[in-house]
Amino acid sequence: MIDVVDVSRRYEGDQAALDHLSLHVAEGECLALLGPSGSGKSTLLNLIAGLDRPTEGTVTVGGTRVDRLGEAAAARYRRATIGLVFQFFNLLDDLTVADNVLLPAQIAGAPAARSRQRARELLETLGIDRHADAYPGRLSGGERQRVAVARALMNRPPLLLADEPTGALDTASGAEVRKLLVDLHADGQTIVLVTHDEALATTVATRTVRLVDGQVTA
Amino acid sequence: MSAIRTVVRGAQRRRVSTIVIVAATTMAVTATVLAGLLLAASSAPFDNAFARQHGAHLTALFDSAKTTKAQAAATAAQAKESIGPFPVATATPKQDPENPPIPPLTVVGRADPGADPIDKVTLLAGRWARTTGEIVVARTNLMIPPGIVLHLTNGSTLKVVGEARSISRTAQGWVTPDEAAALGQTGWQMLYRYADASSATAMTAHRTALGPAAQAQSWLDVRNDAAHRTQLYVPLLSSFGLLGLALAALVIGNVTAGTIASATRRIGVLKALGLTPSQVVRACLAQALIPGLIGAVLGIVVGDLLAVPLTADVADLFGTVPLSVTPWVDAIAIVAAVLVIGATAAPAAYRAAKLRTVDALAVGRTPHNGRGRVAARLAARTRLPRPLSLGLAQPFTRPARLLAMLVTIGLGAAAATFAIGLTLSLRQVQAAHDAPDTSADVLVAPDRPGADDPRAVIAATPGTGQFYGRGPADITVTGLRDAAQGTVTSGDARWAGYAMLAGRWYTAPGEAVVSTGFLTATGMHLGDTVTGAGHRPLTLVGEVFDGSANNHLYTDVASLSAAGAQPFLEWYVKLQPGTDRTAYIEALRSKNVYAEATRTEGVDGTLLVLDSLTALLTGLLVSVAGLGVLNAVVLESRDRVHDIGVHKSVGMTPKQTAAMVVASVGLPGLIGGAVGVPAGYLLHRWALPAMAHGAGIRLPQTTIDVYAPALLAVLALAGLVLAAAGALLPAGWAARTRTAVALRTE
Ligand SMILES: Nc1ncnc2c1ncn2[C@@H]1O[C@H](COP(=O)(O)OP(=O)(O)OP(=O)(O)O)[C@@H](O)[C@H]1O
Ligand SMILES: [Mg+2]
Repeated sequence: MIDVVDVSRRYEGDQAALDHLSLHVAEGECLALLGPSGSGKSTLLNLIAGLDRPTEGTVTVGGTRVDRLGEAAAARYRRATIGLVFQFFNLLDDLTVADNVLLPAQIAGAPAARSRQRARELLETLGIDRHADAYPGRLSGGERQRVAVARALMNRPPLLLADEPTGALDTASGAEVRKLLVDLHADGQTIVLVTHDEALATTVATRTVRLVDGQVTA
Repeated sequence: MSAIRTVVRGAQRRRVSTIVIVAATTMAVTATVLAGLLLAASSAPFDNAFARQHGAHLTALFDSAKTTKAQAAATAAQAKESIGPFPVATATPKQDPENPPIPPLTVVGRADPGADPIDKVTLLAGRWARTTGEIVVARTNLMIPPGIVLHLTNGSTLKVVGEARSISRTAQGWVTPDEAAALGQTGWQMLYRYADASSATAMTAHRTALGPAAQAQSWLDVRNDAAHRTQLYVPLLSSFGLLGLALAALVIGNVTAGTIASATRRIGVLKALGLTPSQVVRACLAQALIPGLIGAVLGIVVGDLLAVPLTADVADLFGTVPLSVTPWVDAIAIVAAVLVIGATAAPAAYRAAKLRTVDALAVGRTPHNGRGRVAARLAARTRLPRPLSLGLAQPFTRPARLLAMLVTIGLGAAAATFAIGLTLSLRQVQAAHDAPDTSADVLVAPDRPGADDPRAVIAATPGTGQFYGRGPADITVTGLRDAAQGTVTSGDARWAGYAMLAGRWYTAPGEAVVSTGFLTATGMHLGDTVTGAGHRPLTLVGEVFDGSANNHLYTDVASLSAAGAQPFLEWYVKLQPGTDRTAYIEALRSKNVYAEATRTEGVDGTLLVLDSLTALLTGLLVSVAGLGVLNAVVLESRDRVHDIGVHKSVGMTPKQTAAMVVASVGLPGLIGGAVGVPAGYLLHRWALPAMAHGAGIRLPQTTIDVYAPALLAVLALAGLVLAAAGALLPAGWAARTRTAVALRTE
């Protein structure tokens, strides 16, 4: 499903954040990216999400050459293919939980009634339907991250990308999110997740890859 | 589409920004409408009013003793269009020594002067005359308000039922045709329009064609006379209108761009979720344009409501008739507002769309990226209380926003400075213009030319200080086709207060001072000698300011040849200190000499009109600038809500928080004022003489040096006050934000 071939990403002047890295992820896999801070994990995830472009090399996701997409095409690609979960949630504070979850469907121009139905189901599944009309500022960290996951799943993306989804959470909330990801993977969702959390990697991932200085180590 | 709605809904929940855009656009568009009306009203006021009234190119009076109605009517064939004949009569009010004399009025009998195809007279107050015994008077300096009853020498009365204005000045009053007959008809009036009416030669030919029985007045002469009134104000008012337009555009632009810039992180989130760049652009434009459009429409409504009384006043100032509804000004204001909003929103939206999503997401989380650290370190070293030094350093983390705030405050300060200078200059110009009339205490006006010379009576009346006589006389000038409008004086007129631009006042017959327009028209210089029939050679010894661009010449009456017709002089008397003016006037009247108190300074209604107009526009512009500051501080506080939470969590009190937020505008306020006030000062210094030059006049230095140093100092601080006022409201919000909420906000 994901083919990263000989990819490098260099920021102006600096040493390469990714250095001739290759990686393959099969459909249905749950891959955990581990590595010290600054090793290039987020950079790699951004390349896969089409948020950034490699300096050299190719990134192919589900047959699409992501590294070649223009801005608008990349946006449409994300809409259709990618669900993104961030360490710091990135929810919009002035929209309710339900409206935050609905956003991707609205952006994609999906029919309103069916989208609302889907959002309600997602919130129920994730156990946060009582907060549907609350604003994100009032939720706990674990609850906010579950909203973010619900939003990421809204358009049924084939690929879920999560950058340190438990990084900002306490142990209990972290455990909630971990269970959620396990369940999703059990339902067949392809997941790539970046984490410092060895426990998360071992319980959720089918495979782990370690990055050091922008390269995969054994 | 739904994605756009989502972003717009975001905007609606950001109530303050939306309200600020609406309010700023409302005020800016109101200012634009008023400024536009000013521009419209002051652009060729005579020509426009003449066109609107479909004025008469030639106004002819036929003596009814020599010309029959049919003969008068037959002249219609010579013109392209004509109306008439209308009966003309003279209404002679009884002179009453207690009241200023009302001269005999030439009245025309027209059934409906407002509806005729030529010279559509505009009713300014009251109503048209419906029956005999009623009159509508032309609005002039005479000021005969409706309600007054005129007692005529023939024993009848005329009740003034209205005031009207004919741009072609076809009559001093209008009555019904029956009333004209009852008053004793003396003539027939015909009004003509011609295909070729633009040159004096053509008009002379038309006049000659009417034959010797007709007395005719050309519209070119009326226009020339009207120009004298308007030349002075047109450039001033237009420049103020232009300034209003510029500031309005800049502030709307600032507010719009700032609002979009502050939505960067939100846009980053939406882009991560799949919003395309073109959707971002459209969404941002909608976010700015929808409230902008609402504001523009509100501004039009408010502007039009305010315009009704204002245009009437401006029309009076120019001696024209008020502009009626001006949909094109409204349309231009709306289109301009939308264009400005669009033009400023588009680059901001484009930038937001272009910004890499990863960077957009990082906004707010890492605002410090190195900028402003030096300022923060410097501020920390000052002895100021920590909240103040924190606030002072704040603007430097966002240079673009700091610049926008500086520009807004600077422009507000510059506009206020310029407007105040303009108002003061107008007063000075008016004062210089009126000085010859206001410098005297008593005006003695013989009621007809050739009446007994009151000089001996004045000289013999106790209390007389200095006095001189003054009156009009045409002065022929060799080389000039038209005679110069001359003013001759008798006695020592040096104290009359004419403002000299160069040289000195004349002291002997054979010397003259002239207006700038005279020097321009003749190409002469001071020291040259003017020759011509009817007067001895005149050496030019001074250039005088009299508010006109026409060629005026002032000399002693003794410079005229004794053989010619002697001018009609009015006498200006300055009383000895301590003399009771009323008693003095009584004393003169008891000797059968008509005298009245001269106008006192500062009561001129037109000046008050201009004052209120400039005050209104200045108020609007300064409020718009204040709103710009408010918006900037609101955006800034929202971005910093997390920082504020951190500060509060380490013990900052609400008062300290408010102080910090207000202090954050302190430096921009001081700098904006320090830059804006000199800018306004220089603009005034440069623009005023330039505009005067454009109008063909030179201004005395007193009308340009109007700023007292103390006034400038106060104005410079105004930038600070403006900034603090704009920051006060958001400072209150910041102080009240609960720490927990602030810390949890992303
Ligand atoms: N916009 C940027 N400009 C310059 N350098 C960058 C930029 N973004 C990342 N880097 C650099 O690239 C390298 C890899 O960064 P990246 O964020 O991918 O690391 P990471 O593995 O996600 O680290 P962490 O675990 O701390 O999140 C780092 O050295 C970082 O400083
Ligand atoms: Mg990272």
